[in-house]
Amino acid sequence: MKIIVGVKRVVDYNVRIQVKPDGSGVVTDGVKMSLNPFDEIAIEEALRIKESGKAEEVIAVTIGAKACQEQLRTALAMGADRAIHVETDEGIQPLTAARIFKALCDKEAPKLVIFGKQAIDDDNSQTAQMLAALSHWPQATFASEVVIDADTASVTREVDAGLETLSVDLPAVVSADLRLNEPRYVKLPDIMKAKRKPIDTVSISDLGVEVAAGIKVLKTTAPAKRQAGIMVETVEQLVVALKEKGLIK
Amino acid sequence: MNKVLVIAEHDGSNLNGSTARAISCAKDIQAESIDIVVLAADGSSVAEQAAALAGVNKVLLVQNPANEHPVAAFLAPQIESLATDYTHVLAPSTTFGKDLMPRIAAHLGVPQISDIMRVESATIFDRPVYAGNAIITVEAPAGIIVGTVRTASYPVAENGGSASIENREVSVELPSHTRFVSVSTGGGEERPDLQAAATVVSGGRGVGSEENFKVIYGLADKLGAAVGASRAAVDVGFIPNDHQVGQTGKIIAPDLYMAFGISGAIQHLAGIKDAGTIVAVNKDADAPIFEVADFGLVGDLFQVIEDLEKALA
Repeated sequence: MKIIVGVKRVVDYNVRIQVKPDGSGVVTDGVKMSLNPFDEIAIEEALRIKESGKAEEVIAVTIGAKACQEQLRTALAMGADRAIHVETDEGIQPLTAARIFKALCDKEAPKLVIFGKQAIDDDNSQTAQMLAALSHWPQATFASEVVIDADTASVTREVDAGLETLSVDLPAVVSADLRLNEPRYVKLPDIMKAKRKPIDTVSISDLGVEVAAGIKVLKTTAPAKRQAGIMVETVEQLVVALKEKGLIK
Repeated sequence: MNKVLVIAEHDGSNLNGSTARAISCAKDIQAESIDIVVLAADGSSVAEQAAALAGVNKVLLVQNPANEHPVAAFLAPQIESLATDYTHVLAPSTTFGKDLMPRIAAHLGVPQISDIMRVESATIFDRPVYAGNAIITVEAPAGIIVGTVRTASYPVAENGGSASIENREVSVELPSHTRFVSVSTGGGEERPDLQAAATVVSGGRGVGSEENFKVIYGLADKLGAAVGASRAAVDVGFIPNDHQVGQTGKIIAPDLYMAFGISGAIQHLAGIKDAGTIVAVNKDADAPIFEVADFGLVGDLFQVIEDLEKALA
């Protein structure tokens, strides 16, 4: 079986986010960009399934500008077999992204599509569920364990109540949570090898996808800052302060 | 005129408090009516709790054995068939709502607004991005508005309502491709719910071990508090994942948050920004948690907890 993994280029998680003074967005010029950390976990899971003999091919897919090929190269260096770059300079929102993945799934017929549970830029957490909806496939979001057994998958999900297990027929869409696995470290020879792996570039119109009416961002602002309070020296001072506020009895 | 439908989150017997927070958000839309839909196998008790929330006009009760557990693939088609009577469909931004709502939005062919934290008008909302390090104001296009509500931004809607409860038959075909197997909780159900508790006592990597976490539980029990944890503490196995507070765990807004041995990574702070008062205890005076704490104390957390328990006795 084939596995498609959706990946996104995002501002690196170590970067301190700065809102532009004119409210038009956050500063991305000259800022380090990386593969979305949850997507790295998604790739790792696909590779482990392949290495266990349950899949033959792992295809990394991204949507975005030319620079996103860097992240596809990272996915290929980790071990993906090939990559598809849906090239566009427009900002693509989840519903359109899901339509693009649907078109690719129609073409590639994967048995499993894995995404990170959310991208750390928009924090939407939508594309996986939307693809499952449009394809009328099962979804298993926020996965912390995936066990493939012939035509089904047993997926353990991290939910607010604890851990939930679903059994789903394949093809299915899974989104990866933090504790699914620990992504491998990419070694230099793998980076060299990845340069020879194929990346197909297609456009949204090649795929016959209609861009959905999206949400309009009117402005971007910095959040209200919490003021640092006071340092107390002793537990007695702390207890007095909390009692004054009526927070403890 | 705007009509809002809120999806009830529940466990079959109790309405989850996040639903009442979503109602508070719905009220800001200035709608003509706010309805709640309860999808359950046997939901009469949950429906009664929903009907008691002030500001709710009607509770729709959709009973079906398939609704015993909240499986998005089953709930979504049922909700879609009801959604066309409404201008807005909302759910709390918990793992329940996050899993379910995009499935509904995609079928309706509309975008979703995730984590609504403020309503500016019926079509304009604020939501956080970059782990809450920026806030965007967004306008929804024409069509039904599907959204999830950032529960930490809204108070629990009060009781005192007496909405009518209406049984609804929804005849849609449900898929057979998904089977619920089991759910296991991390234990500690006798303690208050992390997302609803007025006080939360939280531990980080500095607690040192699963065994040592007993002191965190001990203090929490003394205060009638819920127990939280940083991602670092969960990742090393000191405490189960359902206690995790932060961007990828639970986003909470208790009146009092007490952090022991938590350094204060950005992703953890994103989960506690709306807490009323933050107390931080850490042996490292340079820990970033002190930059957001109302009261900071540099010291050994075990000694501090021992002294606190004595002072509270």
